[in-house]
Amino acid sequence: MQTPTAETAATMPPPSQANAAVAEDEVFLTLTVAGQACAVPVLAVRDVLGTHAITRIPLAPNEVAGSLNLRGRIVTALDLRLRLGLPPRPADAPPAMSVVVEQYGELYAMLVDQVGEVVPMPSRGITANPPTLDPLWREVSRGVHRREGHLVIALDVGRVLAIG
Amino acid sequence: MDDLLADFLTETHEGLVALDSALVRLERAPDDQPTLSEVFRLVHTIKGTCGFLGLSRLEAVAHAGENILGRYRDGTLQVTPAGITLILSALDRIKVIVAGIEANGTEQAGDDAPLIAALNAAAEGQEPDMPPAAPEAVPDAAPVAAPAIVIEDTAPAEHPPAEIAAADPGAPAGQGAAAPQTIRVSVEVLEDLMTLVSELVLTRNQLLQLARAHQSDAFAVPLQRLSHITSDLQQGVMKTRMQPIGNAWAKLPRLVRDLSVELGKKIELDMRGAQTELDRQVLELIRDPLTHMVRNSGDHGLENPAERRAAGKPETGRVILNAYHEGGHIIIEVGDDGRGLPVDRIRAKALANGLATETELAQMSEREVLRFIFAPGFSTAQQVTSVSGRGVGMDVVKTNIEKIGGTVELVSKEGRGTTFTIKIPLTLAIASALIVEAGGERFALPQIGVVELVRVGGGEGSAAQDGAPRIERIKDSPVLRLRDRLLPLVSLAGLLRLPAASEDSGFVAVMQVGGQAYGIILDRVFDTEEIVVKPVAPILRQITMFGGNTILGDGSVIMILDPNGIARAAGVGLDAATEDDRRGAAAATGMRSSTTTSLLLFRAGDGGPKAVPLGLVARIEDIPGERIEMSGLTPVVQYRGALMPIVPMSAGWMAPEGTTRQPVLVFTEHNRAMGLAVEEILDVLDEKLEIQPGTGRPGFIGSAVIAGRVIEVMDTAYWLSQAGEDWFRPAAASRGDAPRPRLLVVEDSTFFRHLIVPALSAAGYDVTAVDSAAAALRVREEGVPFDVIVSDIEMPGMDGLAFARALRAGGVWSEIPIIALSSRAEPADVSRGREAGFTDYVAKYDREVLLQSLSDCLSASLAA
Repeated sequence: MQTPTAETAATMPPPSQANAAVAEDEVFLTLTVAGQACAVPVLAVRDVLGTHAITRIPLAPNEVAGSLNLRGRIVTALDLRLRLGLPPRPADAPPAMSVVVEQYGELYAMLVDQVGEVVPMPSRGITANPPTLDPLWREVSRGVHRREGHLVIALDVGRVLAIG
Repeated sequence: MDDLLADFLTETHEGLVALDSALVRLERAPDDQPTLSEVFRLVHTIKGTCGFLGLSRLEAVAHAGENILGRYRDGTLQVTPAGITLILSALDRIKVIVAGIEANGTEQAGDDAPLIAALNAAAEGQEPDMPPAAPEAVPDAAPVAAPAIVIEDTAPAEHPPAEIAAADPGAPAGQGAAAPQTIRVSVEVLEDLMTLVSELVLTRNQLLQLARAHQSDAFAVPLQRLSHITSDLQQGVMKTRMQPIGNAWAKLPRLVRDLSVELGKKIELDMRGAQTELDRQVLELIRDPLTHMVRNSGDHGLENPAERRAAGKPETGRVILNAYHEGGHIIIEVGDDGRGLPVDRIRAKALANGLATETELAQMSEREVLRFIFAPGFSTAQQVTSVSGRGVGMDVVKTNIEKIGGTVELVSKEGRGTTFTIKIPLTLAIASALIVEAGGERFALPQIGVVELVRVGGGEGSAAQDGAPRIERIKDSPVLRLRDRLLPLVSLAGLLRLPAASEDSGFVAVMQVGGQAYGIILDRVFDTEEIVVKPVAPILRQITMFGGNTILGDGSVIMILDPNGIARAAGVGLDAATEDDRRGAAAATGMRSSTTTSLLLFRAGDGGPKAVPLGLVARIEDIPGERIEMSGLTPVVQYRGALMPIVPMSAGWMAPEGTTRQPVLVFTEHNRAMGLAVEEILDVLDEKLEIQPGTGRPGFIGSAVIAGRVIEVMDTAYWLSQAGEDWFRPAAASRGDAPRPRLLVVEDSTFFRHLIVPALSAAGYDVTAVDSAAAALRVREEGVPFDVIVSDIEMPGMDGLAFARALRAGGVWSEIPIIALSSRAEPADVSRGREAGFTDYVAKYDREVLLQSLSDCLSASLAA
């Protein structure tokens, strides 16, 4: 599976036939935020964008990076680093990518450092949140997956967007 | 052809098309209950509508058809092909009649009796021998099934195509004229079109930019054309959503006319701003509330001609409808010049309905009491008329308006009329906006609220030379002297917590929101652009300074400022809760220094202009008269979360009416604020202040020569103590909404009456003035009760002493305290007055003593 880069940012292909076959395995898009691997259900994802001009919104909650124009629709951008209480993106870091999700008819873009790949995650491989997990993370995490030797947090998109 | 009829025709065409196919289906499957129900419903709808429109011929045919269908539906009659044929022939007749209506606007005469008889016979269960042939040919162009879309490239927008078609006798019947003039398109389709057009505009802009960069002449002409077409398309699509509000008003003149006949009133309907455009969807939703409110105004609001004559008003009552755009909203006013809302009755009714307790009501302002009319099931109409008064009404109106995010306010003056103000947000509308920059970010400022743009100069010296006005500061608040007024300013960057570029140079957008004018300090102003207002994401809705967001031609997202929200956030509307840090009361130091002092020049009371060192003034406010309320004897205004007493500088001051603005200098000391009501702010001058010790007039330190004129300098401490005294005076404990003491003034001098009546009214009395003792005695005959009487002594005819004796001799007023008012107040006069029956004796022009005496008399008579 191809990894979209900033240059070739493209609309995510619909889940392929192969993925549909393993119906009980939810398909996730992996992404990286400040070194932490996360994942969102691929069906929630509408678009993946490269660098995009973002208009800052004064007085907005801290996590709101601004809004951007996605083919004539206004999308509110959330900085996932700030939403997860991680340090802000360093100035010399490569530009953020956006994962666009829809909720109640509104589009939101989650700014992440890197977008990984679309992978099925078997539901048996999911572990409940460890009780010691940071309360902020526990709120937005549906569970933890172990994948190729590292841990992936499955994000609950609805909860991530519930700010303000 | 009126709109209603056109709507009916469109609907009927749709119904007929559906009926044709449903009936054929029914013939094939006679027992199909859903189809039967559908057919019945369609015919029933046609019958119902034409009955409503008074189309009797159509109604009769439809009714006969409905009869058979009703029996089919109930299963009391078997569905037969012959029956269906009969119904189809009835439908054909309906089509003929409808075509006639389309061509001529009215029903054509015709004999339907045989058809109706056959239908009725069939309904009775008789098998029809033969379906009667349709006497008139059905236009076989079948335009009903395939609506022709008439493209009118030159038709002016005000003329609906229906009118054009009807006015054109050359149009062959059954073709253009018979085609429905409107087609229904779902809003969703228009929404999608709008999005696509926005995309197209953006792409066009990119292309234009590319073409400019590459200087490719070959593309120039087609691009130009593409650009024009795109713009036209954009406008066309936008127009599909916008309609003048006049469309919602079209039926009101008729309604008002019928109302005036039914109620025996003379009503004139005055409609203004009918061209104000608003979103079709919003228009539909406010149509009914508006109709209801106009009906209410005519029925409840206006008096009958006799009552109006008695009240000294013209016989013809007016109902005024006014629509306009204001600060990103559409405002619709529905007003009348009738009797106003009966506050006491509303209060009683609220109590009776258990909406509030007596204590709660006593604490409510009139405005709050009036809002009870929006409570469900609330009607004070004493009798139920066929028009209104059934207790369903204003609550539904309010709910419907709030559903579309609007608000309703009302203002009512007893005897003067009631005005409802509906405010609908512009969320769906298209606005023209200024693109501005503040703190390095761009924003769209709706042009509706912008009165003018002022370029303001930088630093001290240079700006004064090039004539650009410069931003000045009173305490920390920036102000702009613009022509003859002092405009409060708001720094947009500051408000949005953005780094300000340079607050003292740039632009000021002068805004007018409601009755309030203020300026927004901007760094740069770019251009104007037509924007489509889109609502902001839910998580950003709590930022009230933005009314929406939009995408500009260059593809970037921009936030749209809400001038109302800005005014509120900045406290320009007096709503802000935060209080500035107090001024250090270093009064005297600045006053005699040899350096220059900024002086605020203003006019108030008698004599020439007055001055006060600007440093002592915390703020300058322009308060609408209606915001000034009475707390006991003290006029107060709700200011930054607290009550601020207003001290008038001139005697006989009264709060201005309505939205007329009262300039107020705000002083703060020891955590208290006091407002000094002045007449006019004149200027701010830098002058060396050398005060000549005074004339001894209280309230002034003395005079100074300022700009070559002798000007009195105000003694701030004196006026602050004026406020303090009034503020804590026990008499002030009597609440503003408690009944005001009734006071009768007997005074022959018109001048003096004019002087004293406003002063006493302002002091909290309900004053009645008469010009002679004889007139006063006539008032006594009418049995009007008073709490206290103030009478002049020297009057032509019966003098004050005789008047007092006459009162004391007996009658309803024999116990009332009487205060004598005389220019002669020698001890001998006083004792003669007391002998005559006066309670107290006060020298004319001594307002303080008079007020003191009045409150003494009142408390004595209360104690007695």
